[in-house]
Amino acid sequence: MTDALKAAGPDEPPVISEAAALVRGKRSRRRVRTVLKHGVLVAVCLLMLYPLLWMVASSLRPNSDIFTSSGLFVDTFDFDHYPNGWDALSYPFSTYLLNSFLVVLGSVIGNLVSCSMAAYAFARLDFRAKRLTFVLMLLTIMLPIHVLIIPQYVFYAQLGWINTYLPLIVPKFLATDAFFIFLMVQFIRGIPRELDEAARIDGAGHVRIFGQIMLPLMIPALATTAIFTFIWTWNDFFTQLIFVTKPDLYTVPVALRSFIDAQSTSDFGAMFAMSVVSLIPVFLVFLFGQRFLLRGIATTGGK
Amino acid sequence: MSALGEFRSLSRSRRRAGAADQREQHRDNKAAAFFLAPWVVGLLGITIGPMIASLYLAFTDYNLLQDPEFTGLDNVRRLLSDDRLVESLKVTFTYVLVAVPLQLAVALGLAVLLDRGVRGLSLYRSILYLPSLLGASVAIAVLWRLVFGTEGLVNAFLALFGIEGPGWVSDPDTALGTLIILHIWTFGAPMVIFLAGLRQIPRELYEAASTEGASRKRQFFSITLPLLSPIIFFNLVLGLIGSFQSFTQAFIVSNGTGGPNDSTLFFSLYLYQEGFTSFRMGYASALAWLLLIIIGVFTALNFWASKYWVFYND
Repeated sequence: MTDALKAAGPDEPPVISEAAALVRGKRSRRRVRTVLKHGVLVAVCLLMLYPLLWMVASSLRPNSDIFTSSGLFVDTFDFDHYPNGWDALSYPFSTYLLNSFLVVLGSVIGNLVSCSMAAYAFARLDFRAKRLTFVLMLLTIMLPIHVLIIPQYVFYAQLGWINTYLPLIVPKFLATDAFFIFLMVQFIRGIPRELDEAARIDGAGHVRIFGQIMLPLMIPALATTAIFTFIWTWNDFFTQLIFVTKPDLYTVPVALRSFIDAQSTSDFGAMFAMSVVSLIPVFLVFLFGQRFLLRGIATTGGK
Repeated sequence: MSALGEFRSLSRSRRRAGAADQREQHRDNKAAAFFLAPWVVGLLGITIGPMIASLYLAFTDYNLLQDPEFTGLDNVRRLLSDDRLVESLKVTFTYVLVAVPLQLAVALGLAVLLDRGVRGLSLYRSILYLPSLLGASVAIAVLWRLVFGTEGLVNAFLALFGIEGPGWVSDPDTALGTLIILHIWTFGAPMVIFLAGLRQIPRELYEAASTEGASRKRQFFSITLPLLSPIIFFNLVLGLIGSFQSFTQAFIVSNGTGGPNDSTLFFSLYLYQEGFTSFRMGYASALAWLLLIIIGVFTALNFWASKYWVFYND
């Protein structure tokens, strides 16, 4: 016991060095943890990207190589898949790209106009049955399209709209993507009311307040809406499959699908090539619009 | 505040009375009529109208060519004795109950990993988020078919170790599994929402817990999980509603059949086949309403259960 006292008592340096070792140990443990963390993250990222990179690599390989190589390194380049795939269906792939762009453009404009108007009403106006309509709006976000699709099909058929893009675009002008109304309501609620009240005192009506004050301030929310509408419409398969059955009107997803039918056993490289082409617009939008995408899902997802 | 939080506060708050005077209210009514006009037309014309129509069609025999013929409870009776329906319910529930929780677990795990000042956060986040934007596309479904094909990427990889893998998408035992993996692959969207939520948790809580000697594991279960529970709930509700309606991936991977052996016959795929391949629009409408009821009951159950595990800090 005295030994122990003696050891701990007058000898201070060992204690200090012990503390230093403790700190050093903590620091190195932290370093190990950081390295481990990055290791896990890098591994997960690679795993996530691998199928995508493999698809790109496969679109550049001769068909005979595609399923024998699981790597990403391309030995022999074969650029023919792109022109082959482009012309493999009854119309050149540019037709389908243009068709998809047309549908996307109409949808984006429709959502921007109709959802911003509805959002302004819900966020800034006091009107009869506001709570009821607001609840209805929220409920429609969760309503499965399947419940509507059959009567909608019958209705559009009576109007002669099947095999036009009207069933894909007109609903957007009627604010049926209620998710975006909600997103914009949230955004408008964050804009100080003093701004529109000042305008109101100056005698501006709601239409002017909406057009000249609100819309310019809402640009981030509008950008988020435009980007999400672009991606979701570009990817949408279910409604486009149902409403568009004429090959010259095919959009990209429907065309790609017919690719599988037509080429089920032969030209995989061409199929990969056109799949890559079909993903490029989404990828570009993601690259340049990321900020708005991330903000958009963060604000609606937040508590 | 999320759409779900909105419901909570609506059910709590009372109507704001007398906030605006009569004249103001009058002007607002007129303005609201203008601003809401497109939405109201849409709600009545292509949402509520079709809902009522499909409720009627659910009790008819209708093939698009002849007028619908009212058949009473025939469709309901068929629902109760439809073997393929049972199969598709099994497939859908398996998918929903396995894929959604797994995806959220992965999303939460990576969000926690990314939360505390990781260098390169935005790069990691972008890479992990990207698949969730692409995952719904036909192109990715096509890719999945080939990655998990008999001669696909996965088997080429397994061959390196001398393992001969099955044809994952053509084997009824594994086909659904490939779709579950695809769903997990798109965990980026809920991950970003989790990340935003984690940022709201005050750092002091962790510091205090740390000085009291709570382990990281303890901190996760006693601080992170409870404070994040509203967001977990939000992601869970949206994930369940969304995946009950999954269509594209199963359609592409099985080439529209829901095969092999109906092992990827998602509910919406079965509905599509009945309505738009066999043109039994009446029965398909009945299926649609069944789906709505299932989703409604499931969501209601979820809200009910949330009382016991979701912690609201207000």
